Amino acid sequence: MEKTVKVSKPFMDDLKHTVFLWRKSRLTMIGSAIILIFLLMAAFAPLIAPYDPVHQDLQIKLQAPSWQHLFGTDQFGRDIFSRVIIGSRIALWIIFLVSVISGSIGIIVGVTAGYFGGIVDEVLMRITDMFLAFPSLVLAMAFAAMLGPNLTNTIIAISVVTWTTYARLSRAEAIKVKSQPYIEAIRAAGGGNLRIMFLHVLPMCISPVLVQLTLRMGTIILTAASLGFLGLGVQPPTPEWGAMVSDGRNYLIDQWWISTFPGIFIAFVVLGFNLLGDGIRDMLDPRLRR
Amino acid sequence: MELRGKLLDVSNLKVSFYTYRGVVKALNGVELWMDSGERLGVVGETGCGKSVTSLAVMRLIEQPGEIQEGKIIFNGKNLVELSEEKMNNIRGVEMSMIFQEPRSSLNPVMKVGYQIGEAIAKSKKIKIKNTYPEVKDMLRLVGLDPERVINSYPHELSGGMSQRVMIGMGLATHPKLLIADEPTSALDVTIQAQILELLDELARKMGNAVMLITHDMGVVAEFCDKVLVMYAGNSVEYASTARLFEKPLHPYTGGLLQAVPRVGRTDELKAIKGTVPDLVNPPSGCRFHPRCPHAMDICKLERPPFVEIEPDHYVACYLFKGKNEVREDG
Repeated sequence: MEKTVKVSKPFMDDLKHTVFLWRKSRLTMIGSAIILIFLLMAAFAPLIAPYDPVHQDLQIKLQAPSWQHLFGTDQFGRDIFSRVIIGSRIALWIIFLVSVISGSIGIIVGVTAGYFGGIVDEVLMRITDMFLAFPSLVLAMAFAAMLGPNLTNTIIAISVVTWTTYARLSRAEAIKVKSQPYIEAIRAAGGGNLRIMFLHVLPMCISPVLVQLTLRMGTIILTAASLGFLGLGVQPPTPEWGAMVSDGRNYLIDQWWISTFPGIFIAFVVLGFNLLGDGIRDMLDPRLRR
Repeated sequence: MELRGKLLDVSNLKVSFYTYRGVVKALNGVELWMDSGERLGVVGETGCGKSVTSLAVMRLIEQPGEIQEGKIIFNGKNLVELSEEKMNNIRGVEMSMIFQEPRSSLNPVMKVGYQIGEAIAKSKKIKIKNTYPEVKDMLRLVGLDPERVINSYPHELSGGMSQRVMIGMGLATHPKLLIADEPTSALDVTIQAQILELLDELARKMGNAVMLITHDMGVVAEFCDKVLVMYAGNSVEYASTARLFEKPLHPYTGGLLQAVPRVGRTDELKAIKGTVPDLVNPPSGCRFHPRCPHAMDICKLERPPFVEIEPDHYVACYLFKGKNEVREDG
């Protein structure tokens, strides 16, 4: 009788190899470190932040960085360090929700289009093309302006412009998967369209979308910050980084710290996500693996 | 109309594929019938429409293909007219199918037990979790160790084991008809024999009919009660296995049998001259006439009807009709 082959060992080897590749690439490690710090910062924000981020004290307004106020204070006397730290939670929340929403819209649209093909594919993909025809920031601004500027609408606006990438990716994957012999075998066993689509095709389309999602997280922060900066994103007094950079614009010459510190954080986190994303892509690319 | 087969009766089945090069007339009036519990072998060269026939019976012909004409009476219902939803309730329940490539016919990211369970769950309308006892019985029946295999992924199984799993999946719902589309061609010879033995044993035990699609005459001789020979989308000869091997009537069947090597055979193997016709522009009349050593004028003009020459021996060839007429005249 034939025997089952045990596969646990190759899996462990694979994992070890991945860790080895990760350690070999210094930039990926730096990226991971930045993201780790960012996550820890968001997780323990209330413990780290020394002051209430929205508490105004006009007597100490526009103070330069000092040991009391590490990053100084803004025009309303709010502690910028506390605001930046709490702001990481807002950024993380936006990334999380936008990824979940745009990822699921994209994958459902893409898999439906790819699986059914024909007229369904044509209609869904032309709609996707319509969204892609606009510069993404302009479209996000239009949606944010239309819905009204606040946190929820910022998330909706960014999701609405980012799902297209995932739709195209998962469509391509669905087309590939649906022509596999085992899909025909399931049809021969009496599986209906919905069952095949959601249980057998969709799970195979998730992994490329996940990689793309990590690659796009930096862009999501930038878009959210841009909307905040333009006044179409999260509204004051919520400490959103983009809005904070915008707050300090008028004081840029004399009180540089108001805009600079949140700006530095945006830059670092985006850099971190990009380095990590590149690293993940290289690690998962079979041609670069060996 | 009286049915020739109690379980399945396919008549005048025409399937075409609309491609860039033109309309491929893949099936051009196929005739086929089976009784319950019978084993029918469908043989013919590559591209003669064996697989398309099986897919058409399952109603799995996809765009750009289409069933254009004909009846597929299965268990009293004409499958050609059924809605997709009703058809879905027949597939996997009353008839099921196993494929050539067992390893790629299983979803690579799902456990084997789950995939068999899915088929059972659908026919019995129960949850997949509750099918596991039955899945284990089925795995034992196809000669696998259920404890070991039920939680394995397809890549952990060998080709032979995968085909056993596929057979288990196909028979798990106790269908009346199992269509096996070259179930052994991707396996090596020793495993082929095991798989055929298994199919034979299970069909005996469960009483299901088997339609075996193959190009291996040896497999047919060993396994099938009846044989249907197809050529370029037509049924050309149908008879019981013993009779067909003993006294093939159609020139094409004769040619096929002459090309089969056998132990102890000393004469030279003869190939049928020419190649399989292009189905976009098939030959007129009998599609075999350009390669047929006995071609007559009428063969080029009209398609020979599929008629009963002797009891239970059907042939589509003017040669025999012609002979009878000559005898009658003389």
